[in-house]
Amino acid sequence: MAQTITEKILAAHSGHDEVHPGQFIMARLDLMLGNDVTAPLAIEEFKRIGARRLADAAKVVLVADHATPNKDIKAAEQCRIMRTFSREQGVEHFYDVGRGGIEHALLPEEGLVAPGECIIGADSHTCTYGAVGAFASGVGSTDLAAAMATGECWLRVPESVKVVYRGERKRWVGGKDLILYTIGKIGVAGARYQALEFCGETIEALPMAGRLTMCNMAIEAGAKNGIIAPDAITEAFMKSVTDRAYTPQQSDPDAEYVRTVEIDCAAIEPQVALPHLPENARAVSAVKDVTIDQAVIGSCTNGRIEDLREAAEVLKGRQVARDVRLIVIPATPRVHLQAIKEGLAEIFIEAGGALSTPTCGPCLGMHTGVLAKGERAIATTNRNFVGRMGHPESEVYLAGPAVAAASAVLGRIGSPEELS
Amino acid sequence: MSELRGRAHVYGDNVDTDVIIPARYLTSHDPAELAAHCMEDIDSEFLTRVQPGDIIVGGENFGCGSSREHAPIAIKASGVSAVIASSFARIFFRNAINVGLPALACPEAAATIQKGDELSLDLATGRIENVTQGRTYQAEPFPEFLREIVAAGGLVAYTQKRLATG
Repeated sequence: MAQTITEKILAAHSGHDEVHPGQFIMARLDLMLGNDVTAPLAIEEFKRIGARRLADAAKVVLVADHATPNKDIKAAEQCRIMRTFSREQGVEHFYDVGRGGIEHALLPEEGLVAPGECIIGADSHTCTYGAVGAFASGVGSTDLAAAMATGECWLRVPESVKVVYRGERKRWVGGKDLILYTIGKIGVAGARYQALEFCGETIEALPMAGRLTMCNMAIEAGAKNGIIAPDAITEAFMKSVTDRAYTPQQSDPDAEYVRTVEIDCAAIEPQVALPHLPENARAVSAVKDVTIDQAVIGSCTNGRIEDLREAAEVLKGRQVARDVRLIVIPATPRVHLQAIKEGLAEIFIEAGGALSTPTCGPCLGMHTGVLAKGERAIATTNRNFVGRMGHPESEVYLAGPAVAAASAVLGRIGSPEELS
Repeated sequence: MSELRGRAHVYGDNVDTDVIIPARYLTSHDPAELAAHCMEDIDSEFLTRVQPGDIIVGGENFGCGSSREHAPIAIKASGVSAVIASSFARIFFRNAINVGLPALACPEAAATIQKGDELSLDLATGRIENVTQGRTYQAEPFPEFLREIVAAGGLVAYTQKRLATG
């Protein structure tokens, strides 16, 4: 029977020739991930299971990225649980402050995720790795604990939704705009429990950074995973990060999908998602007179070097508006260093922006840019739920790096086209 | 034990895990500490009203957003005995099963239950009784695979059994 890429990966990891949507499988995992919010709880559950050793320490990745550099004593205690456990269990892939950065930017950069692999992570944005043609899905801490003990995870094979993108992207339209537009079209539960398979000529021409951004936000449509078939762009990216072997998969031409969504990219303007759901996507030109107090450029969604280059292109020779705080957060130390080498750091700081060390910090209202009551931010992050970046009466508007940077200069939400 | 009774706390669609337990409290995974902030960004009176056994009722996509297992832990530790919703976000649903918080999908119940209604749930059958309105509803049954995990006493016990049998 014809299979989708998601079905093929899950079949290959569960000892089946083929699997079908709705089927429950026990999947053998290639990699499992936790962070300083989810791993301490997973470690506690791992001990409660009675497991003494990790099933395979080489497949466990632990990243201290959410409340780090430790924002307070309690955060420090959580990180210490991870650090101690990693030493005891010989977790080679434990990434501490200064050596890691934001997990979903870090893992692809380290070559830890590859086409055809099966990955779970105790973080909802684990779906990011679908960009390299892997099956990757977010789970909770107890699921991670069971996976660390057994090397496996139960999964229900998802139905697949095919999203076909055609047409050339307009200036300033990137992966973030495509995914916000898509979520606006299908809704925050539009792909609940399903696999979102992104394809079409626009995706084939989209660089890896944009693909990572798109798959990263598949969860914001409720999807189990987002995935893009590996191609020459994937191969070139993988070559740049690792020389290890992997087994890529492709969807059969006659594979079955529950739904196909067609998107004409030539008609898409840069997007902004209004509070308090990512599905409230609008063309930036339709968002008028919305002043901002803060602009955040970074996160697992848009904290890669390509994102910072785009922001810097807009900010070069310009000044952030008097009443706006611009916070730029490179996703990993490698991105940070590259931003310094390329002169991007200078552009951000000269524009009046604050350049932070890698952290998830403000995205989830943890630290490094929390909003006060009544404040409003534009952010290249992934969620704009009530209270996401701070006070429950603050607001977050989501956008790509170019619009966030332009808005920081304008003092209100706007497009780079509005800058003289 | 499989019979649960309590009053309904009713919310709309897309109740996300950030409002169930805001990230500013995620530097702890102690159930009592998390429960002290449960639902505070969506319903500031929840903690003063909630009684042991009460039931949270939500609309579509309940528990969407973050993978934080702290969300069902906070709900359970606040005394809530179960969550009924039209539908659940998948990570929340997995986490609820894993921490032993019953999560019942029942669109009809979610659409008609009013705030304060007295409810009675039979977990063995999935039957939901609305004592106040004199109506009954039938929740969607769990798939057989999940029933095995629930019957084992949750994922920790299920995994212990798997490891023991090699």
